[in-house]
Amino acid sequence: MWSLAHIANEIHQWLNNTFNPTWTLIIEMVLAGVAVIGLFAALGLVLVLMERRVAAWIQIRLGPNRVGPLGLLQSMADTLKLIVKEGLTPDGADKVMFNIAPFIAMIVAMLLMAPIAFAKDFQLWDLNIGVLYVTAVSSIMVISILMAGWSSNNKYSLMGAMRSGAQIVSYELSAGLSIMTIIVLTGSLQVSDIIQAQSNGWWIFKGHLPVWISFIIFIIAVTAETNRAPFDLAEAESELTAGFHTEYSGMKFALFFLAEYINVFIVCAIGATLFLGGWMPLHFGSNNAFNNAMDYIPSSVWFFGKTFFLIFLIMWFRWTFPRLRIDQLLNLEWKYLLPISMFNLLLATAMAILGWHF
Amino acid sequence: MFLTDYIKDVTGALKSLATGMKRTLYYFTHHKEIITEQYPDNRATLVMADRFKGEVVMPHDEKNEHRCTGCTACELACPNGTIKVVTKFDITPEGKKKKAIDKLVYHLELCTMCNLCVQACPSDAIKMAQTFEHSVFDRSKLTKILNNPGSKIMEGVE
Repeated sequence: MWSLAHIANEIHQWLNNTFNPTWTLIIEMVLAGVAVIGLFAALGLVLVLMERRVAAWIQIRLGPNRVGPLGLLQSMADTLKLIVKEGLTPDGADKVMFNIAPFIAMIVAMLLMAPIAFAKDFQLWDLNIGVLYVTAVSSIMVISILMAGWSSNNKYSLMGAMRSGAQIVSYELSAGLSIMTIIVLTGSLQVSDIIQAQSNGWWIFKGHLPVWISFIIFIIAVTAETNRAPFDLAEAESELTAGFHTEYSGMKFALFFLAEYINVFIVCAIGATLFLGGWMPLHFGSNNAFNNAMDYIPSSVWFFGKTFFLIFLIMWFRWTFPRLRIDQLLNLEWKYLLPISMFNLLLATAMAILGWHF
Repeated sequence: MFLTDYIKDVTGALKSLATGMKRTLYYFTHHKEIITEQYPDNRATLVMADRFKGEVVMPHDEKNEHRCTGCTACELACPNGTIKVVTKFDITPEGKKKKAIDKLVYHLELCTMCNLCVQACPSDAIKMAQTFEHSVFDRSKLTKILNNPGSKIMEGVE
């Protein structure tokens, strides 16, 4: 059968037969790195174009439609433009930190790729604390933003970075608590276990009210964590002139831009894994004909379909809602999302203990 | 009661967010609502809005006659000196002198399309046209003379 796991196995066996185990491991690591970077490049191109198209259609415009057929080459042209631009470092900036910050943003995004299951049995690293690892590593992102804001030696950048720090620190709480709901129901932090637990129905279907609430809170919290509108106070182009990346240009700017989209992809992939069953096809009870038909769709298509649905949801938010003020933002987190998600976690725990889900 | 207010707050917020998202989803899925004019491509079928004002023109009829009496009301009404009326005196058949325009000079580069001259004109001699492709390479080309060469005032316009 044709699948990503099958291809990976073939490559692994061929390498094992050709080289000794050490070299096999090294070559596989390099291949995985190249694959991740390739995925990043592809995602960057696709998501930027998708964002612009979604934005245009929501705002009753046409969007990019001049470069290439249907404007499909627009993001290629933009990338080319950014590559040939000069990567300027301001005179007053802290040169080392200024130049490292975008790479830290990218490295965080790359690290987050490790525990994501892209298809059935196709995962870089199925570690037993996968979800904890994701929540822990994703908070390193704020360091790159703070570094960029501080080292730019620009008041707007610093302000944007501080806002972003306050925002990410507060919203991590409710994101974590909403993820906890699923962990309580599954009883495992391992990504493959969480997906396996949804083989007879995704959590959003079998979890009832607590999972719906935690799904809504998760989506709100990750929108805030990835610094996207309506929570884009860190950038806030109209008041802070792009905040922490005001001073960045050329490829360094592109890396920040790319990291934003990669982060959106990752949080949506996590959301799809936790709530929508990852690569698990849609199954309804014992309706075997329907279940078999769903099984024919490759698992990678299921995963990317769900992820892109969530990405569309987040883009839809961005182009519908106006930006929050910083006090409204923190109000929303500390007075609404956090108490609700704590209560919700209690409810989910009771449900898991009493076995009310099926 | 605090708790009911709190829950009402949350549900009300979710409801209003859903209302906004419903509207944007409608626009997202209904591409016929798109209002973008793909300008140079649709030049042939371009429809201008009724209230669009592009430049001041003086209509002439087929006998090359206009309705301008040279009263300079437009020149006085203009807030930034866009219009200059150069008058001359015609000799009527009865041998009387009669004021008429020699040239009505219009500086398009100064005009703000405020429409005050058109409103001030007592004899409807000038109006706003809907042309808008005014780019030229030389500024002097923007200074226009509105009355055609050799044109006369229409019979009966005082």
